[in-house]
Amino acid sequence: MSRLSDHNVILAKEIIARYPKKKSALIPLVHLSQEQNGYVTEDAMRHIAEMIEVTSAEVYGTASFYEMFRFEPTGKYLINVCGTLSCALMGGDALMHHAERTLGIKAGATTDDGLITLQHAECQAACTEAPTLQVNYRHRYRVTPESFDQLVDDLRSGALDAEIPAHGTLGRNRQQIPADRAVGAQHPDDVTGGPAWIEVSPA
Amino acid sequence: MSTDSRVVSPYPWAPGFYPGDRPEIVTSRFQYEDGHTLERYLATGGYEGLRSALGKSPSDVHEVVRNSTLLGRGGAGFPAGVKWGFTPQGVWPRYLVVNGDESEPGTYKDRLLMECDPHQLIEGSLIASYAAGLSQCFLYIRGEMALAHERVAQALNDAYAAGYIGKNILGTDFSIDIVLHWGAGAYVVGEETALIESLEGERGMPRLKPPFFPAAVGLYGMPTIVNNVETLSNLPFIAREGSEAYTAIGTETSPGTRMIAVSGHVSRPGVYEIVNGSTTFRDLIYGDDFARGIRDGNELKAFVPGGGSAPWFLPDQLDIPFEGPAAGAAGSMLGSGAVMVMDSTTDIPAAALTLVKFYAHESCGKCVPCREGGTWLYRIVERIVAGHGTDADLETIFEVGQTICPGEMPHASSERLGLDAVPFPYKMTTICFVGPSAYAPIHSALTLFPEEFDALVAKRAERRAIPVTAEVPA
Repeated sequence: MSRLSDHNVILAKEIIARYPKKKSALIPLVHLSQEQNGYVTEDAMRHIAEMIEVTSAEVYGTASFYEMFRFEPTGKYLINVCGTLSCALMGGDALMHHAERTLGIKAGATTDDGLITLQHAECQAACTEAPTLQVNYRHRYRVTPESFDQLVDDLRSGALDAEIPAHGTLGRNRQQIPADRAVGAQHPDDVTGGPAWIEVSPA
Repeated sequence: MSTDSRVVSPYPWAPGFYPGDRPEIVTSRFQYEDGHTLERYLATGGYEGLRSALGKSPSDVHEVVRNSTLLGRGGAGFPAGVKWGFTPQGVWPRYLVVNGDESEPGTYKDRLLMECDPHQLIEGSLIASYAAGLSQCFLYIRGEMALAHERVAQALNDAYAAGYIGKNILGTDFSIDIVLHWGAGAYVVGEETALIESLEGERGMPRLKPPFFPAAVGLYGMPTIVNNVETLSNLPFIAREGSEAYTAIGTETSPGTRMIAVSGHVSRPGVYEIVNGSTTFRDLIYGDDFARGIRDGNELKAFVPGGGSAPWFLPDQLDIPFEGPAAGAAGSMLGSGAVMVMDSTTDIPAAALTLVKFYAHESCGKCVPCREGGTWLYRIVERIVAGHGTDADLETIFEVGQTICPGEMPHASSERLGLDAVPFPYKMTTICFVGPSAYAPIHSALTLFPEEFDALVAKRAERRAIPVTAEVPA
């Protein structure tokens, strides 16, 4: 069952309502489906297409442009090792080799137990703390072979479960706009005048 | 692996941050572990800028920002107050899109601003929305920044509950929603028109401009202001303290401060809030207040002055002031505030390869010179670094480069090679800067360190010259 669950359909409707046009919710909803299933499934893309009133090809067309969306089963933990200049200067390549040896897989592959997927990645905006990696998009700084091994041990034992949710979960919290405070989406067809607080000169 | 001699920041929640004896405008709360909470924000002057702005007319607030000469911090350095003024008269709704898609190689500042002081960004977005009469705000955060998402989501929830966002903010007529939107991994989306495409649910490909800039025709075809996270984070200070307090810091043409990340082979890689116009590259790389020199006492070989897209500088350029016009005349740019330092141990072709690979990979595929040329450059440089390159490959790099950036490509002067500088900017055949960015690093590397490429090519020629023996060894 990889369409969005009933619970996620409620969330999806909330998200769609925040945007003036439904298609703007495309990327957030694909994230939501990846959070639910661990990767982006065809059924989920069809379901999202129905909800935002576009074709499923459009959903796939947009989703496949972006790196974070994965279209095949992925490890519970996705480890992205940075290889861009600042990290490369501080041993990013050596770190990747160490990771491949330790996990017994090449970059791009998933361990046999389905726990860890290893990937090359690009600049993670932590250049002063090179070399860096991310586990499900949570940073680890100045990673050494020892700290990498410790990280893998901790992931295997579940010691990091509270900090690092399974792959696909973007945040452990969500934005919630309380109904009594919400202004609502400002659709170009509905809003033609200036907002109440601004002096509007006649057009 | 040798032991790490680099200094570690005293603030583990703000890795790489080092305060100094300098004015702090945007990093003033980084010293607090709870700087991201509403309680700490309110206890340290938070939302006072908004309160003060709401006591004035929107046009007066706009005037204050215009007088502050706040320059955009995303890379182009355009004055924010002027940008807001480009929205066409009488056309609504207008949108604000906050550009939190920081991903330029070497750049590390917006993520810290979102993680360590999200309320400052929210307050800045509210002030901009009030002044420019904007109808809805979208805060677009790069998808790979999970912690920034959590911090900004929490801050938005708290600010809604406390009445700082939503209907009738602080009991006034001012009402606006801020919607947190997350990206999904694409460097090119940092370009403002690609960001808008992405926010519309499309592939993040830049739009052709001119004729229409987002301020006139943006999100859903409506006037849209796109501002960088750091730019907006300056607004609470400006609204609270006034434009004169802001222009008193920095220089006349570039007031205030800037966040600069210095990374690579330095003793204290870090994110520093510097006063505009107060430092040279030498100060930043060698100063006690900043990166404290090259690690392990090594020699400096080269540095990238403004993010991965920027042409490289040599030790010859260390005394150039850290200011846009000076860097431009010397053959590069300041870009998004990222200095990457390479010491004498650096393998220059391999270093350039990481950047060429980055931009080739991140090409969105819309413009042919970038899509084909960037990938071509990557394949050539990869081949050279692997030891399979030829002299013809070196020439091809310049030929491919000409199809992306016709004419003279900016580069630094080199006393050693007897080269004069070619000033910035370059001409380009692509819509956005991704294409030229694939060429700039390899052009710099090849122009400033030709001997390293020649050596790689010569090694191959030597290998090929060994005759194949016809006899099978016994």
